[in-house]
Amino acid sequence: MSTGLPLPHDSAPLHVTGAARYVDDIPLPAGALHLAFGLSAVAHGTITAMDLSEVRAAPGVVLVLSAEDFAEMPDCSPSVRDEPLLALGKVHYAGQPVFLVVAESHLAARKAARLGKVGYAELPAILTVGQALAADSRFEQGPVVWARGDAGGEILKATHRVEGEFPVGGQEHFYLEGQVAAAIPQEDGMHVLSSTQHPTEVQHKVAHALHLPMAAVRVEVRRMGGGFGGKESQGNALAVACAVAAARTGRPCRMRYDRDDDMMITGKRHDLVIRYRAGFDAAGRVLGVEFTHLIRCGWSQDLSLPVADRAMLHADNCYWLPAVRIESHRLRTNTASATAFRGFGGPQGMIGIERVMDHVAFALGLEPLEVRRSNFYREVAGPGGASPPGPPEDISGQMKAAQTTPYLMPVEDFVGHALVAELEKSSDYRARKAAVAAWNATNPILKRGIALTPVKFGISFTLTWLNQAGALVHVYQDGSIHLNHGGTEMGQGLNQKVAQVVAGVFGVDVGVVKITATDTGKVPNTSATAASSGSDLNGMAAKAAAEVIRGRLAEFLAEKHQVKPGAVRFAGSMVRVAGEEYPFARVAMWAYQARVSLSSTGYYATPKITWDRIRGVGRPFLYFAYGAAVTEVVIDRLTGENRILRADVLHDTGNPLNPAIDIGQIEGGYVQGAGWLTTEELVWDDKGRLTTHAPSTYKIPACSDRPGVFNVALWGRHNREDTVGKSKAVGEPPLMLGISAFFALSDAVAACGDGSVYPALRAPATPEAVLEAVRRVERDV
Amino acid sequence: MAGHESGIAFLLNGTPVRVTDEPPTRTLLDWLRERRGLCGTKEACREGDCGACTVMLTDADGSRAMNACLMFLPQLQGKAVRTVEGLSGPAAEPHPVQSAMVTHHGSQCGFCTPGFVVSMAVAHLNGDTAHDDALAGNLCRCTGYAPVVRAARAAESAPVPAWMREDASFILAQVPRGSGGSAPGAFHPATADQLADWYAAHPEAVLVAGATDVGLWVTKGLRDLAPVAFLGGITDLARFVPQGDSLRIGAGVTIAALRAAMQTPHPAFAELLRRFASAQVRNAATLGGNIANGSPIGDTPPALIALGARLHLRRGPDRREMPLEDFFLDYRRQDRRPGEFVEAVTIPASAPALRCYKVSKRFDQDISAVCAGFNVTVEAGQVTAARLAFGGMAGIPKRAASAEAALLGREWSEATLRDAAGALTGDFAPLNDMRASAGYRMRAAQGLLRRYFHDLAGQPVSVLEVRP
Repeated sequence: MSTGLPLPHDSAPLHVTGAARYVDDIPLPAGALHLAFGLSAVAHGTITAMDLSEVRAAPGVVLVLSAEDFAEMPDCSPSVRDEPLLALGKVHYAGQPVFLVVAESHLAARKAARLGKVGYAELPAILTVGQALAADSRFEQGPVVWARGDAGGEILKATHRVEGEFPVGGQEHFYLEGQVAAAIPQEDGMHVLSSTQHPTEVQHKVAHALHLPMAAVRVEVRRMGGGFGGKESQGNALAVACAVAAARTGRPCRMRYDRDDDMMITGKRHDLVIRYRAGFDAAGRVLGVEFTHLIRCGWSQDLSLPVADRAMLHADNCYWLPAVRIESHRLRTNTASATAFRGFGGPQGMIGIERVMDHVAFALGLEPLEVRRSNFYREVAGPGGASPPGPPEDISGQMKAAQTTPYLMPVEDFVGHALVAELEKSSDYRARKAAVAAWNATNPILKRGIALTPVKFGISFTLTWLNQAGALVHVYQDGSIHLNHGGTEMGQGLNQKVAQVVAGVFGVDVGVVKITATDTGKVPNTSATAASSGSDLNGMAAKAAAEVIRGRLAEFLAEKHQVKPGAVRFAGSMVRVAGEEYPFARVAMWAYQARVSLSSTGYYATPKITWDRIRGVGRPFLYFAYGAAVTEVVIDRLTGENRILRADVLHDTGNPLNPAIDIGQIEGGYVQGAGWLTTEELVWDDKGRLTTHAPSTYKIPACSDRPGVFNVALWGRHNREDTVGKSKAVGEPPLMLGISAFFALSDAVAACGDGSVYPALRAPATPEAVLEAVRRVERDV
Repeated sequence: MAGHESGIAFLLNGTPVRVTDEPPTRTLLDWLRERRGLCGTKEACREGDCGACTVMLTDADGSRAMNACLMFLPQLQGKAVRTVEGLSGPAAEPHPVQSAMVTHHGSQCGFCTPGFVVSMAVAHLNGDTAHDDALAGNLCRCTGYAPVVRAARAAESAPVPAWMREDASFILAQVPRGSGGSAPGAFHPATADQLADWYAAHPEAVLVAGATDVGLWVTKGLRDLAPVAFLGGITDLARFVPQGDSLRIGAGVTIAALRAAMQTPHPAFAELLRRFASAQVRNAATLGGNIANGSPIGDTPPALIALGARLHLRRGPDRREMPLEDFFLDYRRQDRRPGEFVEAVTIPASAPALRCYKVSKRFDQDISAVCAGFNVTVEAGQVTAARLAFGGMAGIPKRAASAEAALLGREWSEATLRDAAGALTGDFAPLNDMRASAGYRMRAAQGLLRRYFHDLAGQPVSVLEVRP
């Protein structure tokens, strides 16, 4: 069985030799042209003049396009057609594409793009959530409110209360491969190569721009050099620009953003301000909680509504909230349109309730882990047996019904108690907590902190119809297998996992399964590879396709040997029937000669899910993925400099399809999540211009920033739901393990004070933010 | 200097190549990808901050990792380049670090991987097992680095493949250093005298040593440079010359060489230099470049000023010298005349109380928000001399005169340092920018002065020294 094996990434030998090809590496037919955008210099304004004569006269320039060159401006939005390819009379953020240069080389296009003379009558720019709220600048009519019970009343009645305002920064994806696309004109359509998580969306946008049926546009994606959500919609503009230029010139066109352009043009994780108020009892049990999310969406809608929804859907994390009210403002600002980023709002929602737990524990002087635990959902024994036998005190809980989330979905698969208990033990949390306190008592300048935070992340697209996938499998007469599915490979190992599933169905070595580029001409109407759903959806679709072919082979052999098809076994690259044993390849040849179809599509639609987003009620998720992390940090109270010393992680990926790939996702997710909350700071100036638009100024974690001791283990119990191989999704959930680093920093800051002032650390916890919090608890502000 | 033949001659993946008809500002990265179809070397930032374009460069000084995006072809004159495509053996045998990266799941999206693999292969060749430092200039967004470091450790004990040593023997045998012609408008001096004469005659020219700063004028500023002199072949500018109680350091010394030379006399400076950008940048950048560009946030000036460094300038045959702090006049304005260049710096051979501190958002490969060099003399409990220099606090690297005055003649105590910290507000009015606010810069600078007291007392003061 190939599923469950810790095989390397299928492309690893190509990665390490430089042979893996990305869109910019693929040779184009002769005469290829290169594109660059001229960008808006102001955040909000009316275009009063546009002189592109120097651009047109620049060496190597073939074509220059602006609004006046289009009868109908192509749109690049994934949602509501509010993103013209090029600005139409007005600009809405600094960095918005205003004109397009098509030139003989990448460098010629970039140089020419700087020669445009565009005049603007500047308009007042709305840059902050405060400004947007005051101006009522928002998407949708008003805030979205979901509530259960009378949270306000419960807070008033409670014996203890905390409240606060918590600014949480955004995050640049910093995929190492920047946005890139190419378009090659065909005799009757367009062939597009795109670094996108969503080939069907690119196909749709290109078809619309060229007034072609979707069937005339083929989009191909072999691999991306990282996506993280940043290539769910943000690649549309490049693909559309290439297609338009290729259609007009009849020549192949390629476009890649320079890193600065990429960071200025494209959206990032939504930053937000979380306002919270909670009432609780003396044990720290939260009786009522209210959240207000002030989410900065940028100039266009993009995916902001489902992102903001998911933030609300994760405002509970692992905690039973008897009375809760969540108010979500989706604010429109003159900044790049914030977009999907690993977690898709989930991290923003989750960190709010973790802040409440931390604040509650501080207010009561209780151990934060105990406060968290006392608010956990109840564990109930599921038919899938997801929970291991718990300690005796949990047995009473198992007798009761599942508690429900604020959106009334029963949490049937909760494993938080058992998982956290195991991590608490394996990480030696208690003893280390005491050691940290002892260390802090003797060190005046450096202070340590430690925190354990859990994760519960809902798996499925909240837009229900996206929960479908297709696959195409061929078996050739030599027994080799061609695999294609609708998911895209961005480094997460999706192709290898799906190949392992297919190899498992046929009982062959995974090397026999040829992984091929995602292609809208092979599998149509795909969903974005997003929401952690890639292997859940495509693995099931590919399994279905493979099982159809295996069924035909079994029937064919069964008839030949006069046995039932169920008696035919596929294992060890052999097919066993009626005491005989044949190599798989020989069976394929026989079947071909017997005129048995060896090709099949497969299809999968996620069962059980229903969701009413207006009321905020239903079962938006098939299941939850769980995890927890303990992080220990040290800070310098004189400068705020800080460092992660150790992280211990226990994470639930069900019955893993490939444990090595899962551990890779967990390690990478943790570090990316910790980066979001520590070194990664996006800064805009007072004119709304992003000043951190390159790695010289925007700091993702470097090698030495990973935890010095980094213990990662898999929970290893199978998914109670009927997922592929009983596995669980792993793409997004581990990012939120990084939240433990943030609260460890909060713990270290608290150690600089006398326990009377809450650190109220803001995110990201840069040295500056940490020092600000230290001075607060030292009462030096 | 005229070459034997025109063009730029170097070794590419073991094969001699000669490049003609390229402008002197063609980067190695663009040339590899666009002219040679060697697309394993990736572009991800084009500013030397991500390492996706890392290649191995070999010359008489050995093999080192370099960023191909910030290397102009003329800089390769007489050297050997090995890209990711050249790491495998003649029969496509994988390099041990390539095998280890596969076995240990060190690649996910794979885009940064070629750069990592080259950095790892260089470290492997040089027997360097300080993996965090060797890889500080390679960014990965997928793996969280843990499996990459596991792979690097696993490959440590594997023998260096024979083909990895061939570049060095070829270079020593075949290509004399500093020889050859280059590109139109490019000058390759072989001695400081040649540079002095030429630059006096061409004061408008651009001097390129490591190209880690000037490179950005081209890759980000999209400028053309001409005339331009490439200084990499000037051996007499790249020397350390002990002079009694002091040490004269040539302007052409790389930061990597400087770091190695400072380990014994000035370990605090050496540690600061470990945090000067990345291995790739330190291998290219020079001391002279870091001083001459006059940046307020260059990392060497505060330490050098604290050491009492003297700067040696030269124009044609004329030489002059000055305390380093006097060179920096105002933001991006230095006391340097047209056609004059930095020739050397002289520092004392010993300064036991020197401490250097760098505060930035990220520890490695970041630019300072505040950088400090402190050097006091305490005799019989009294401060008798004090040099406190800061970067990031003003438009230039600058001494803190008021804070120094607050120390002089006072008892060496925590209270005195607090007073000196308070006096810093009289010395500086720092800026707000994307790296830090003005208020934070001042508070951090004050914190560093307080740290200095505890540091000299032998107490733990750096989060980098705390072990899990």
